[in-house]
Amino acid sequence: MIAPFFIFFAVFTLLPVLIALVISFTDYNMFQEMEFVGFSNYELLFLDDRIFMTALGNTFVFSLVVGPVGFFLSFFAAWVLNQLKMRNAFALAFYAPSITSGIAMSVVWSYIFSPDRYGLINNLLINIGIIDDPILWTQDPNYILPVIIVVAIWMSMGNGFLVFLAGMQNISPGYYEAARIDGIGSRFQELKYITLPLMKPQLLFAAINSVTTSFGVFDVSVSIGGFPSPNYAGHTIVAHLYDYAFVRFQMGYASAIAVVLFVITYALGRLLMRLLSNQNDY
Amino acid sequence: MTLIKRKITGNRLRRSGKWFFVYAIMILLVAFTALPLVYLVSTAFKPLHELYVFPPKFLVQQPTLRNFSNLLLSLSSSAVPFTRYLFNSVVITILTVGGTIFVSTLGAYGLVKHNPPGAKRLFDIVIAALMFSPYVTQIPRYLVINAMGLINSYAALILPSIAVAYNFFLIKQFVEQFPNDLLEAARIDGAGEMKIYWSIVMPSLKPAWATLLVMTFVSTWNDYFSPLIYLNSQALKTLPLALNTISGGGSSIGRAGAVAAATMLMTIPTVIVFTLMQRKVMETMMHSGIKE
Repeated sequence: MIAPFFIFFAVFTLLPVLIALVISFTDYNMFQEMEFVGFSNYELLFLDDRIFMTALGNTFVFSLVVGPVGFFLSFFAAWVLNQLKMRNAFALAFYAPSITSGIAMSVVWSYIFSPDRYGLINNLLINIGIIDDPILWTQDPNYILPVIIVVAIWMSMGNGFLVFLAGMQNISPGYYEAARIDGIGSRFQELKYITLPLMKPQLLFAAINSVTTSFGVFDVSVSIGGFPSPNYAGHTIVAHLYDYAFVRFQMGYASAIAVVLFVITYALGRLLMRLLSNQNDY
Repeated sequence: MTLIKRKITGNRLRRSGKWFFVYAIMILLVAFTALPLVYLVSTAFKPLHELYVFPPKFLVQQPTLRNFSNLLLSLSSSAVPFTRYLFNSVVITILTVGGTIFVSTLGAYGLVKHNPPGAKRLFDIVIAALMFSPYVTQIPRYLVINAMGLINSYAALILPSIAVAYNFFLIKQFVEQFPNDLLEAARIDGAGEMKIYWSIVMPSLKPAWATLLVMTFVSTWNDYFSPLIYLNSQALKTLPLALNTISGGGSSIGRAGAVAAATMLMTIPTVIVFTLMQRKVMETMMHSGIKE
């Protein structure tokens, strides 16, 4: 029964990962022969690459904000929405950023954060009288990362939100009825004693997913801050990886970055699993 | 949720006076998240001079259907008929979505409920793969697909997207909640394994696979890069690529409107699939003889 999945998985996912792992110990530019260089890519990365350190710092700041905030917001939204009438219409509107990914999204954001005085936020702030000159939201190194964080939170909620909605449907109404008889009255008590404990699998899924997606941030950072961003203020681990893989064609170095990123997310993922799963589970 | 249950919830919220408040907040929030969708529709109906006005207007002032007729015009002038792109997109999306739901549910069910030796190790590997940056595996994956001689075929797009770690993990989390007693009962009644999978496990996993269906549909339908990398033949190209040809193919400025119209039309199937599947998710509890 598990054969179909694991055969495809081994060929198209596992094999490429293993190849990348091997490449991380080589010097490989895709045109010349691979040359084995041991750990020197890793040494270079940690001892000699100041920009990587910037990227590492930015990614950590980004993830520590976007991961938890996105996780709780999408859970809260799913929980409230699940109790409303016209639930499906609300859900569609909430999922809209995920459906219309790409052009429509970036147009909306560039309008809101436009660095001239016509941008929504600048316009508003100037009219209220808080600032006199427009803020260069997407060009000033002080503002790039915060703007990326806000946009990313908004964009990242879709899938977690859908999984939470589905998880809530997976709980039998019988539990709530029984709880009511046992004297559980408020919605918040229901949330604490029934919904949350019974949704552990979905919570774990969404938590691991917010770790991997927030540490893997790239698209948002590039579409807002540019590539590379001014002063590397919006540079992330994956932006660094992309730079070496697809701009400089240093696949060995890029793979080493991927391995470092993998070690970070895997360690955090393990920690979350320990926190969220039951003893007898995986 | 049953209807009765909902009514109780409603009454309670209303009594405490929060009902209106909750709606007001949600409508504000949702109005905000729906902005790109509104923009998409609005732009599709903008006449040429509004598309290039500065500062840009969010909403259309004088709606027109010109963009749609321009779209038809530029489609009819292309060498490969538009229906061909549509056909490619539909085939690839259906096979990918169907394939991933089938292997993920079957695999997750087998792994969790049959617990073969090494199950824990296998699951660890899936989780580890989930965390490896997809950007860096792009090139090794291209090498693998190339070595298998799949370049320029539907298979190059479909096969790698079937066994996805993310999808497996999602389904596995839902399978864990499935009561073992029910499986035991079915086995005692003499039901075969495939029958149990198909007529007991799958219906109760409806929220899980309906959700997976939406996610996979959205990502496959809108996928631009895989077709770009793996397909060379014009006749195999999918809608997102065709869309790009329309926007970049001609130098005439009027194409921008046609692209906006096409983008809107591209989004309609996604909205339909989303709505249908959310309805399915909701149905689960209404006739659940299955849950504990």
